[in-house]
Amino acid sequence: MTSTFGVYGGRYVPETLIPALDELEGAWRSLAGDESFRAELGGLLATYAGRPTPLTRVERFSPDKRMYLKREDLLHTGAHKLNNALGQAVVAQRLGKRRIVAETGAGQHGVATATVCARFGLECIVYMGSEDMRRQAPNVERMKLLGAEVRPVEFGTRTLKEATSEAIRDWIANVETTYYLIGSCVGPAPYPEMVRELQRVIGSEARAQILAAESRLPDAVVACVGGGSNAIGMFFDFVPDADVRLIGVEAAGAASLGSGRAGVLHGARSSLLADEDGQILDAHSISAGLDYPGVGPEHAFLRDSGRAHYVTATDDDALAAFHRLCETEGIVPALESSHALARALDADAELVLVCLSGRGDKDLAEVLAR
Amino acid sequence: MTGEDARDRVERSNRAKTLVIYLMAMPETPELARAAVEAGADIIEFGFPFSDPLADGPVIRRAGERALAAGMRTKRCLECLAETRAILDRPLVPMTYSSLLDAYGWERFERDAHAAGATSLIITDLPSDVRPELRRVQLVAPTSTDERLQLAAGTTDGWLYLVTVTGITGARSELAPTLAPLAERARAVTSVPLYAGFGISKPEHARAAADVVDGIVVGSRAVEAAERGTRELSALVTSLRNALDDA
Repeated sequence: MTSTFGVYGGRYVPETLIPALDELEGAWRSLAGDESFRAELGGLLATYAGRPTPLTRVERFSPDKRMYLKREDLLHTGAHKLNNALGQAVVAQRLGKRRIVAETGAGQHGVATATVCARFGLECIVYMGSEDMRRQAPNVERMKLLGAEVRPVEFGTRTLKEATSEAIRDWIANVETTYYLIGSCVGPAPYPEMVRELQRVIGSEARAQILAAESRLPDAVVACVGGGSNAIGMFFDFVPDADVRLIGVEAAGAASLGSGRAGVLHGARSSLLADEDGQILDAHSISAGLDYPGVGPEHAFLRDSGRAHYVTATDDDALAAFHRLCETEGIVPALESSHALARALDADAELVLVCLSGRGDKDLAEVLAR
Repeated sequence: MTGEDARDRVERSNRAKTLVIYLMAMPETPELARAAVEAGADIIEFGFPFSDPLADGPVIRRAGERALAAGMRTKRCLECLAETRAILDRPLVPMTYSSLLDAYGWERFERDAHAAGATSLIITDLPSDVRPELRRVQLVAPTSTDERLQLAAGTTDGWLYLVTVTGITGARSELAPTLAPLAERARAVTSVPLYAGFGISKPEHARAAADVVDGIVVGSRAVEAAERGTRELSALVTSLRNALDDA
């Protein structure tokens, strides 16, 4: 009973991993409704991660419409990634796994994973493309400080795609002792659904907060989409609100949903940047976190169903929005989130809610080099 | 598997263990496959390269990158398969990943591969419970439960591929200790031939594996030898053949 999202999702992995995925799926099904699990995770989110995160009105950034930012940048470690890492670390502990492997692109998921491993005393190995290690050097140092081993991936695009493949290969070889702590709503079932459930807290808080502030739902909810975990977490509780437009913003050079085709990558069928033979193409973005040719299968499903819309922002669009938020609001956004800010500015809507998925300290070198 | 292939397999199994050699599809693969068969290979696995081969170690990953750079896309691989079929009467089994079939069309791929001379298929990242209608050689691993062994054995096409290790492809110094218990569990649920692969690279491995299974698959080491030419590949296959026949 592996979960799929319409024709997307599933499990396209070597047989070696199937028993581990069955075990994980069984554990997740029982934990999802388990009071002690929810209480443990809820306590950690409140006392360690800093939830709930605030909603901030940005009048100077957006003078012509009412815009609110959901401040995941204020979460411990500086991005929404910690919601997922904390949740999965608790799952790993319930499964008795003491060795954690993860992949990282921008380094935010690697930092979140290294953080929870330090917190729980788990061994932590993070695979990271050597090109991303160059672009995101401060995060590499942070992971090392937190006790993680960062293993450079030196082949292919040297970015998130190859880092993910290497993390999965490590997992295949060490599956009996190792938990694979995936960083986005991608991968074989049950990962996309589990990551969505762990990130749902973003949208459920934001929905209540904007209702409290405005006494109505927003016209549009905007989030950036790489693998898509902050977006799926932000969107999910708004899906039944048919009048709320859901807008995902991809990097123009990594638009898996906007210009992709159906294909299979990293264990799931989704919309991908691939050629007509099913060979995966390279993605290109200034933002390491969006530089990925795949996307979570549930986003492909939401696109096909018409419930969510996916647009793009260029590197220059993102940089302009980055500078504007710094200068008008005193908030340094991640380059990933800056894509969402760029499209939120020109959204045809009166009341807009944007997921500010992370802070931009890690991106200063990249921005200043422009 | 055709009736003729099946009889051939049975005859051969009476006198020797089966030797399966993996080659990555390249323009020169037909000649390499012929050299491998002349040196004693019984079955050729024919790799269709994929850009992101999750189950493969560095040797096959790099061979795939070279093949893609040489233009070995799905259509060209099928032509190469047909060229090999034209000069060989041994079983030829394309081995690849789901992404290629999803893009080409699952049924169309199966039909065109068979038309080009494929004996069966191996899809590395397609677990046996997914698309069971696609006839293929199923893989099982040391982590497979007895229930999954049964499922794979019940749907496999001709023989069962035993992944010797909990891991990815690539040569290893010793034969994995996980093979014997896996073979024993597989024997308990099926009478189909069991061929073991992943990590088998040397004559010593071949001899040791022959004690517990009906055949072996050599991949990464064969790909390395093939890159150096037919003579090196023939020497490797001969040494493996001799090791199996002496076992």
